[in-house]
Amino acid sequence: MQIPPFNVREIREQFPALRQKIYGKNLIYFDNGATSQKPQVVIDAINRYYAVENANIHRGVHYLSQRATTEFEASRIRIQKHLNARKSEEIIFTKGTTDSINLVAFSYGELLNKGDEIIISAMEHHGNIVPWQMLCARKGLVLKVIPINTKGEIIQEEYDRLLSNKTKLVSVIHISNTLGTVNPVKEMIKKAHAVGAKFLLDGAQSIQHMKIDVADLDCDFYVFSGHKVFGPTGIGVLYGKEALLDAMPPYQGGGDMIEKVTFEKTTYNHLPHKFEAGTPHIAGGICLGTAFEFLSTIDLIESEAYERELAHYAEQVLETFEDLTIIGTAKNKTSVVSFNVKGLHPFDIGTLLDKQGIAVRTGHHCTQPLMDFYKIPGTVRASFAFYNTKEEIDFFAEALEKSINILR
Amino acid sequence: MESNTDMTKIQHEIISDFMLFDDWMEKYEYIIDLGKDLPLINEKYKTDEYIIEGCQSKVWLHAALIDGKMDYSADSDAIITKGIIGLLIRVMNHQTPEEIASSDLFFISEIGLQEHLSPSRSNGLVGMVKKMKIEAIKSLNQ
Repeated sequence: MQIPPFNVREIREQFPALRQKIYGKNLIYFDNGATSQKPQVVIDAINRYYAVENANIHRGVHYLSQRATTEFEASRIRIQKHLNARKSEEIIFTKGTTDSINLVAFSYGELLNKGDEIIISAMEHHGNIVPWQMLCARKGLVLKVIPINTKGEIIQEEYDRLLSNKTKLVSVIHISNTLGTVNPVKEMIKKAHAVGAKFLLDGAQSIQHMKIDVADLDCDFYVFSGHKVFGPTGIGVLYGKEALLDAMPPYQGGGDMIEKVTFEKTTYNHLPHKFEAGTPHIAGGICLGTAFEFLSTIDLIESEAYERELAHYAEQVLETFEDLTIIGTAKNKTSVVSFNVKGLHPFDIGTLLDKQGIAVRTGHHCTQPLMDFYKIPGTVRASFAFYNTKEEIDFFAEALEKSINILR
Repeated sequence: MESNTDMTKIQHEIISDFMLFDDWMEKYEYIIDLGKDLPLINEKYKTDEYIIEGCQSKVWLHAALIDGKMDYSADSDAIITKGIIGLLIRVMNHQTPEEIASSDLFFISEIGLQEHLSPSRSNGLVGMVKKMKIEAIKSLNQ
C-alpha cells in the first residue's frame, strides 16, 4: 500500500477530540504519554462492533460469532505483521502493559528459582517495578536496579556489572514516560542474551512513536497498551517468543485456555489461547486492529522525526524561561518534555494550564523512585503525539508564562 | 434552622465574591492571592504528625478546641491548594464542633471548585475536609 506523505493537518482532522473547546479555549492535548486520542476510524469500529457484530468468539457456530472470531484473529495477525513477529500465536491479548508484565512475572516467574536475579532500571514505571518486587518476595529472587545519570540515561557500565549468569530476566522501559529518554535497548538485549538472560521490553511509550520490529530487536517479550496507540482502553498486547511462551505455565485458568477439562486432569489449549482465559475484550481486540490499520496509513519514520522535532522545539522554547529546569536531558530523547519552575509547585502550574485549555500531566508520573533520584516531588510533563503542532507549543509557552506570572 | 447560620452566611459571602469574576483565570488569581496572603499554620505543626498526604500536593492541618469553638490552621506546598484551604478555614474557623460536624460545604461547587474536592484529585484537600470534621466530632466526645 502506498503511504501518503506525512501531513499533520490531515492527521489532526481524523481526531474529533482535538476539535473541541474546554473552558471556552481550544483544547491543546499534551498528555499523550498518559493516553492518546482516538481517530474516527477506531471510534466507528467500536460503534460498528457493538451495533452489528457483537457475539462471543471461538465457540459459536452462528454467523455473528464466526465473523467476530475472524475479525479478532485478523487483528492478531495485523499486530503480528506490524511488530514483525514470526507467528500470530506469539501475540497474546491482555488488558494492557501492566497486565502483560504481571502475566510474565507470574508465569515466567514460575520457571525461576531462589537466588535468581531480575534486573530493571532506575527509570522504570511502577508497572515495571512492583510486579517484579512481588515475584521476588514470592520466590526468593533478587531484584537489581541499574542506576541512571543525571541526564536520565541508563549507565551502561553499571548494567554490564550487574549482568551475570544469575540474571534470568532484564525488564526495561523502551522510552521513559517521565524523561523521554530512548534507551539503547538493542545493545542491552544483546548483552542480556550473552549471559543467557531473557529481555522484556516495556513498549508502553514506544509503540506509538516509532516503528517496532521485534525480530530485529530480538527482545523475548514486548508489551504495550492499546489506548496509548490510538486504540481502545482495556486491551493490550504481550508479544513473546513462541518457544518461551510454550515453556511458560498458564497465568489464569478458565474457559478458552483449556483443551480438555475433567475433574481429574485438565489439559491446556495451545498458544495464544493458553494465556487468554475467559471471554477476552473482543471489541478492544478488534478495534486495536483498526488502530494499527490507521497507523499503517502513517509514515512512521517521518512521524518519529516530526515528534522528535516537536520535543526539541518545546525544549528550545522552555529554555528561554528563567528558573525553569528541564528534567531529562538524554542525548537520545523523544516526545516528552518534563520540567519544573523554581519555587512553584507542578500542581499549580498544571491547574492554571488546564484553565487555559492545555492538558498536561503533573505529579510523579508513576515513577516515584525516579522523583527521589532527582529529589523533586514531581514535574510538569508535556507529551506529544504526531497530531500536535509547533503552534500549539507556542500557545502553551504563552499560557505557561501567564501562569508563572500569576503564581509569582 | 438556627445552626450553621454563620457558616451559611460566610459561604454566601464567598459565592458573591466569586460572582465578580468573569473567567477561570480571574477566579484562580483570587485564590492564589488568598494563598499568598495567609500565614496559615505555625511552623512547628508542619511535621509528619500533621500531614495529609496527597498524590499531588501535601496539606498540614492543626485543629484545637478553644472556648467551645474549633480553631484550625493549615498549609500546603501548592499555592492553589493553600488558597482553597484559606476559603475552607474562613468558613469553618471559630465555629462550634456541632455546626462543623453537620455542615454542608455547598460553596465549593457553587464557585466551581468541586474538582479540587473530588477524590480523584488527590491533592490532600479531600482528606483535609474530612479531618476537619473528624477533629470537630472528636472534640464533641471529649
